[in-house]
Amino acid sequence: MIHSLFLVNASGDIFLEKHWKSVVSRSVCDYFFEALERATEPENVPPVIPTPHHFLINVLRHRIYFVAVIQSEVPPLFVIEFLHRVVDTFQDYFGVCSEAAIKDNVVVVYELLEEMLDNGFPLATESNILKELIKPPTILRTVVNTITGSTNVGEQLPTGQLSVVPWRRTGVKYTNNEAYFDVVEEIDAIIDKSGSTITAEIQGVIDACVKLTGMPDLTLSFMNPRLLDDVSFHPCVRFKRWEAERILSFIPPDGNFRLLSYHVSSQNLVAIPVYVKHNISFREGSSQGRFELTLGPKQTMGKAVESVLVSSQLPRGVLNANLSPSQGTYTFDPVTKLLSWDVGKINPQKLPSLKGSVSLQTGASKPDENPTINIQFKIQQLAISGLKVNRLDMYGEKYKPFKGIKYMTKAGKFQVRT
Amino acid sequence: MSASSAFSDEKGGSASEPEYGHDPASGGIFSSDYKRHDDLKEMLDSNKDSLKLEAMKRIVAMIARGKNASDLFPAVVKNVACKNIEVKKLVYVYLVRYAEEQQDLALLSISTFQRGLKDPNQLIRASALRVLSSIRVTIIVPIMMLAIKEAASDMSPYVRKTAAHAIPKLHSLDPEQKDQLIEVIEKLLADKTTLVAGSVVMAFEEVCPDRIDLIHKNYRKLCNLLIDVEEWGQVVIINMLTRYARTQFLNPNINESLLEENSEKAFYASDDEEEEDKKAEPATLAKRKPYVMDPDHRLLLRNTKPLLQSRNAAVVMAVAQLYFHLAPKAEVGIIAKALVRLMRSHSEVQYVVLQNVATMSIKRRGMFEPYLKSFYIRSTDPTQIKVLKLEVLTNLANETNISTILREFQTYIKSMDKDFVAASIQAIGRCATNIGEVRDTCLNGLVQLLSNRDELVVAESVVVIKKLLQMQPEQHSDIIKHMAKLIDNIQVPMARASILWLIGEYCEHVPKIAPDVLRKMAKSFTNEEDIVKLQIINLAAKLYLTNSKQSKLLTQYVLNLAKYDQNYDIRDRARFIRQLIVPTDKSGALSKYAKKLFLALKPAPVLESPFKDRDHFQLGSLSHLLNAKAAGYQELPNWPESAPDPSVRNVEVKDSIPDWSKCSSRKDRKEKKVEKPFYSDSEGESGPTESADSDSGSGSASASGSDESGSGSESEESGEETESDEEEEDEEEEKKKRKKLDKTKAKKQAEESAERCTIHTIHQISTFSCFAQTPVLKQPPKQSKKESKKETQEMSLLDLDDSPASASVTPVNFLSSSLVSDLEGLSLTDTILAPTVSSIKMYELLHRIKGEGLAVEYCFSRQPFSPEPNMVAVQIQFTNNTNSETKNLHIEDPRLQSGMRIREFAEIGLQPTGESVTVVMGIDFCDSTQAANFQLCTHTRKFFVSIQPPVGELMTPAFLTENDFKKEQGKLMGMNEILEKLTLGEKCVNEHVIVERVTATANLSRVPCGSDKECRFAGKTVSSGCLVLVTVTTKEGGGAQLTVNCEKMLIGTMLVKDILQALSQ
Repeated sequence: MIHSLFLVNASGDIFLEKHWKSVVSRSVCDYFFEALERATEPENVPPVIPTPHHFLINVLRHRIYFVAVIQSEVPPLFVIEFLHRVVDTFQDYFGVCSEAAIKDNVVVVYELLEEMLDNGFPLATESNILKELIKPPTILRTVVNTITGSTNVGEQLPTGQLSVVPWRRTGVKYTNNEAYFDVVEEIDAIIDKSGSTITAEIQGVIDACVKLTGMPDLTLSFMNPRLLDDVSFHPCVRFKRWEAERILSFIPPDGNFRLLSYHVSSQNLVAIPVYVKHNISFREGSSQGRFELTLGPKQTMGKAVESVLVSSQLPRGVLNANLSPSQGTYTFDPVTKLLSWDVGKINPQKLPSLKGSVSLQTGASKPDENPTINIQFKIQQLAISGLKVNRLDMYGEKYKPFKGIKYMTKAGKFQVRT
Repeated sequence: MSASSAFSDEKGGSASEPEYGHDPASGGIFSSDYKRHDDLKEMLDSNKDSLKLEAMKRIVAMIARGKNASDLFPAVVKNVACKNIEVKKLVYVYLVRYAEEQQDLALLSISTFQRGLKDPNQLIRASALRVLSSIRVTIIVPIMMLAIKEAASDMSPYVRKTAAHAIPKLHSLDPEQKDQLIEVIEKLLADKTTLVAGSVVMAFEEVCPDRIDLIHKNYRKLCNLLIDVEEWGQVVIINMLTRYARTQFLNPNINESLLEENSEKAFYASDDEEEEDKKAEPATLAKRKPYVMDPDHRLLLRNTKPLLQSRNAAVVMAVAQLYFHLAPKAEVGIIAKALVRLMRSHSEVQYVVLQNVATMSIKRRGMFEPYLKSFYIRSTDPTQIKVLKLEVLTNLANETNISTILREFQTYIKSMDKDFVAASIQAIGRCATNIGEVRDTCLNGLVQLLSNRDELVVAESVVVIKKLLQMQPEQHSDIIKHMAKLIDNIQVPMARASILWLIGEYCEHVPKIAPDVLRKMAKSFTNEEDIVKLQIINLAAKLYLTNSKQSKLLTQYVLNLAKYDQNYDIRDRARFIRQLIVPTDKSGALSKYAKKLFLALKPAPVLESPFKDRDHFQLGSLSHLLNAKAAGYQELPNWPESAPDPSVRNVEVKDSIPDWSKCSSRKDRKEKKVEKPFYSDSEGESGPTESADSDSGSGSASASGSDESGSGSESEESGEETESDEEEEDEEEEKKKRKKLDKTKAKKQAEESAERCTIHTIHQISTFSCFAQTPVLKQPPKQSKKESKKETQEMSLLDLDDSPASASVTPVNFLSSSLVSDLEGLSLTDTILAPTVSSIKMYELLHRIKGEGLAVEYCFSRQPFSPEPNMVAVQIQFTNNTNSETKNLHIEDPRLQSGMRIREFAEIGLQPTGESVTVVMGIDFCDSTQAANFQLCTHTRKFFVSIQPPVGELMTPAFLTENDFKKEQGKLMGMNEILEKLTLGEKCVNEHVIVERVTATANLSRVPCGSDKECRFAGKTVSSGCLVLVTVTTKEGGGAQLTVNCEKMLIGTMLVKDILQALSQ
């Protein structure tokens, strides 16, 4: 399966290597560097690169390439999914997954990688088990360890691997027992020139932060479970129960985890919470172009649209932009030609707008492509699909937990074509 | 973490390193390295763990950066037995990395791991095996082999999992061990725990993927376990089962494809499916048998379906490919939704999924049509994703949706990403060729693109237009003219070549322009690219043939230029064409046909998807992605013409996995209640392999330390079909009750054994079922640890035999005794009434159904086997239930443990229908309960069977006086004596019953005894004649003490277990 792993940073240096079988020379990465050079954008490197004796499967996250070396047939998704799991684990352990963080914690990283794969086959990938094996570094522990010389490898042998609920640690204890659930929905949409929706869909997730003592058994039910068209579960969720009753029944892992991700059926019309009026035009022969953008709320169920950020890749011929926003700030990067406008909150009484002119390179002809506008926004306390949690019950433990549910709607890949 | 200080050191070190290298005066990098490593060595040699730890951390950091740290090997290896866990772990990391390079020194560490393999703690055993097997040193292959074999029969499933992981390691180190490893794999495949399943299938795939026969017996079990296996194991198992199913089941689409052929034809006009259909047709017609899906095939499809909801993309993809390759057409559709969901994931996942969707969408277009819009392209997608989405959109295009798709394509053409624009134009071309109605629209659109400012766009359009025009050239002479004009501006060679070819090919449609173009090209000939030059020659030749008046000189000129070209292809072509078209005296017969050669009607090109026919690779595989066979790729076999014998998957009734579908259909709730424990029991019979988890919820739930956790119900649910709420609750209650009982029992035992092992409490509870099963194992407290360890090991070896014979000896050991007595109440009264009958118990050797009508039973007759006194006599009864005679019944090919022998019965020449024959054979079991395996042959068939003796049948009665008994007992004290307290069962009211029970369990004789509180029995083992002495002392209030004295501890242990069982009922 996975032979070796190389971590390559944005400037193309290998800063960590780990081998699970015989050592593979790092020169194998030359093929990867070749592909990297050929690719115009960092994300255009093909995920699978064949070389004469090996296959390189790589994943780009946080500007680090995780390059796995494979020698024989293995499902590529298997490796890709595993690499992402590795990144998630690093993030979980160090807060961020950056080159600096990995270099600072190289021993922990190595110990983690050692536990996650045996002979190239995944062994322990559940974060609860790993945390039992290797304690995540915290500032306090670092200080204590330096003074006392104790270790961050778990003294007790991990029993989680032997358990039937491998995702949950045993012997969890909290003084405050809390369970929080965030229902986050993202709207993916493409809006065409005239403002009509070409495609729009809602993807949602329920992220949970559960800090409960012992071995609680939770059930979560929805007011309108029929909305959920396609779901994928954390392994803890009992599938049969969902099939039969549309109830989520599970023994939660300890800490943060993604309980469920879902897709709202496409039959339901998606309410688009913002609209954009735009007028971007370049005249033939003139070195100036007009640029006007106005945003407005639409179908927000009375909630405010916040953290609005508009970005657009202007054509290559554009030299500079001279614009004035009615609110917020804008920046234009003349090298990448990226325009971004941090709008903030949309006030329905006074719609935010960005107007002005863009100058073209002298002699450049009128660009024949029009930029697309990407929009990000957030709406608190609203699940745009109308999904509502009915109740959360706990069985198996005596205490009364504190429960909280939060709703949020965000823009996913929300694009307006002009 | 003390590493922080270590790191600042380390960083300082690494920062200064280049300086050493660059400064020649400092003595070079070697001395500095040497120096630096010197202090590391000192730290490693020190007594302080903290110093060692810091040194190890620095060393590991060096390894991580790819620096060589091999010269520290001796210093590091010394610390392999260090007490500090983290130091130990880091040493392991180092060892695994460098052992290969320093084989001799690495051997120093082996003994530590060998010790670890014997540790009472399962986690230590596992980690020792893991490191030992990771050290790639050839000398230790035999040690590894032994360790793996031992670990494969370990009672901890976690250790067995580690053993499964070690198999491919050993295989890659020494492929000659393959045969032995396959045996281990076979054994582990029979394992019933979810923990082991994934790992052993992975080992199977790496070592012996072609041994599909090993899967038969485990197929149903794997299907049923699948949902509870960890996600990575699921992927491996599903991929393997896909291949398996392709060899064992019939194509579910045979009949459908026949029926649908006509209606589908229009739709899948370009599909290769039709060809397949045609091939399949004769076969189907010949049979004319309605297709019925094998229930096992259905089982696989049903049990994998919920996994489409997995959060792991690899699992979803694995199920999707399984459905694509195995499911009936009507059911494949369900995977589309899940695949579309994956498109929301990381771009690498999208990339792989889209590749597979592209292949699927060619064959099953309808499946993805509802999700058309999910493949629309966003400007922020990476180019490779855009191109793949475009591919899918093109595949999905048909008459109804083409207008929307074309509108989408129009916006794509305006994109800033030029590679993507080029791909979009290609896509438009493909839509135009596939769908006749829109050909003109597309052509017009493309012609408009010819005036685009971007040359790349124009060039791509030219290439596509050329292909389109080839379909109907007559109607489009103005387009050709338009393109002729473009040749002045377009510089892209491919486009220029395309235009020239077009003009040459259709020069009759543009008679005036063509010679002019040739004139221009002749001028610039020397500066053109090679492909353009070739097309210029081509154009010249064609013009010469059609319009020699105007172009004769030009052609001569071009050919002369070409004659001295640098490229030999061009020189060759020029020479060839000159001979062909210019008539000379020498020119052969061919020149007559020159016109036919050059101006033949060329078939229009078919614009095909690059993903066509890729589905001969298993979808989701690396080979499919690369469209080339990767090393180790296993071909996906074609469906068999006729289904192989489905009975190979039948598992012997006794240890078969209960058929859940039947179970669920049972209506009577009460009956179920009784049956449940029976089922879990029957599962349990086959040995301890599943001890940790097969006992469904009860063991596992208590392992997790909660009284009321519902996890128990889950694992049951997963196997069963839907149950109503009520039932479930009842069940849970019942289970709770049982659990409580189990727990109290476990606790007691745990206390007793606390001194024997220092395992974590919870772990203890989780494995309590092992203890419960072998209660006699508890050693008297004074015994050394070593002994107990040995015992455990031997125990586990024996426990692994899962033949039906042993099963019947210990039928109820998993259940709490009270429940057992509840259940078995009825049968027990039976036993008491007719003890003689029960003392000779019949075991099944071959079931009537499995044996195709031949039923074979056997019993231990307890008669001395006259030909050889040290053999156990086994009486075998054959019953012929078939309609025909059975001939030549005999034994063949015995596979025995070393030292075991068989004395076969004489061949039975003829056995008429409906009659039974009884024969006696002798087996020398060498005083072990290992099974004797052999083949039972008739004139037509061979059956693999095995006989496994209960321990009580391995002895014959010995007649001793009371004094002799005491004397012998005095000799067998200490280690050879096993004491066990027990509570007599309700029915064991008097001495008589006790004697009956004991003699029924073991072939012993009663020894006279003065006291009426004591019963004594004596016997000796058949093979070696060791004495076996049993004493049962009854006490007030139903208590009793059982003493067994036997030189063979193993026999003693097992005997105690059996007698205990018999007496406590």
